[in-house]
Amino acid sequence: MNAPAGFQRFVEVFFDGAIIDRYLPDLLSAMVTTLWLGAIIIVTGVAVGLVLACLRSLQVWWLTVPIVMFADILRALPPLVLILIFYFGLPGLGVMMSGPLVLFIVLAAVLAAFCEEIFWAGLTALPRGQWEAGRATGMSFAQTLIWVALPQAVRMGVPSLVNRSLAITKMTALGSVIGVKEVLAVSSSAQAMSGSATPLTMAAAAYLAIFLPAVILARWLERRFSWKV
Amino acid sequence: MPGIMEMFFNLDIMAQAWPLLLQGLWMTLRLCSVVIGLGLVGGLLLALAATSPRRWLSWPVMALIDLMRALPPLVLLIFVYSGIPFAGVEMSPFVAVAVAFLLNNSAYYAEVYRAGLQSVPAGQSEAARATGLSKAQMLGHVVIPQAVRNVLPDLLSNTIEVVKLTSLASVVSLSELLYQANMARSVTYNSSPLVLAAAIYLVLLWPMVRLVSRYQRKLAL
Repeated sequence: MNAPAGFQRFVEVFFDGAIIDRYLPDLLSAMVTTLWLGAIIIVTGVAVGLVLACLRSLQVWWLTVPIVMFADILRALPPLVLILIFYFGLPGLGVMMSGPLVLFIVLAAVLAAFCEEIFWAGLTALPRGQWEAGRATGMSFAQTLIWVALPQAVRMGVPSLVNRSLAITKMTALGSVIGVKEVLAVSSSAQAMSGSATPLTMAAAAYLAIFLPAVILARWLERRFSWKV
Repeated sequence: MPGIMEMFFNLDIMAQAWPLLLQGLWMTLRLCSVVIGLGLVGGLLLALAATSPRRWLSWPVMALIDLMRALPPLVLLIFVYSGIPFAGVEMSPFVAVAVAFLLNNSAYYAEVYRAGLQSVPAGQSEAARATGLSKAQMLGHVVIPQAVRNVLPDLLSNTIEVVKLTSLASVVSLSELLYQANMARSVTYNSSPLVLAAAIYLVLLWPMVRLVSRYQRKLAL
């Protein structure tokens, strides 16, 4: 019988039990690396983006110009280009950085650029009356920004923020190019060592375990927050 | 210790690397045209299926879209590039890259189109049907044009992401822009070719990034 034999071969190549047993511990520790890298990238990126959007709202040209340039350049460049420049270029200047540090700096900066734009779009979408009312009740500029404008801007931006954070966190897989021991790197080298495609299936399963709940959460948030102020 | 100018903005090395980078740019543009063209069409078909009232059609398609959005594009690429040959299917690197990116970005385009399709009020399609248009005519002449117009900034912003995405093809040695630049870097021990590649990406994408920002502000007003 040809078909069952073909199926068996498929299972052996992509779902080999012995190989799963051998590489599972490595993969689990790689998942931890991916998770904490993702977490610090999201926290740093969103926080920096928020601060930049607040600084931009002061409307002072010597703050606005560098912020807009930062946001534009980091949104236009592929992150892998920046990663390679940082990782291979900076040692030439005597600045040595580890793979995880480069990955963190680049991805957090890219996320910050996108978050700045999202918060800023939210702030500019607010009716002027909101600002005027805040100021008229005696709040300072900073108080109006923090208590009146930002909560609404953040609320409007939630779906885009979640989607963008997810997209950037998935890019931790780029760490495999510069020797970060995250899920893709560990499973690629396991694939090369074992000569079996099973580690790649494991990598896909690991990413699905991490990101599928996040995608479903993003869908739910989108339905809950979008098109409403 | 060599200075920043010599290590990152060395004009001699940039001039040497230029022909190599142009070849890479050509490959990047070819890849973009295939992936964006097919992605725009595939995404629309997926979105129409995902918004269909027939659940046996819409649920599996939604599941497929979520699956593709949950996998990092590089993982999908490595899986297609080094995993599929184990199943006995031979592909050229260009085809493997195109297939992987197409799977990824048609899911993203589908999400954009879906938001657009849902933003068209039901009265529009009811009116179209009431005036005697067939279902295909209703979609082609009434619903899709309005849906696309409503999400034009998001389509553009996703297209920027796809162009940036093609740089990942360098990981599987497809000789596109970033791969060529990185080759030039490793031969010359100098990062100027990478900076030049970054400048080329910037020239290509910066106008589009500006346009997206302006669009978003206009929509907000």
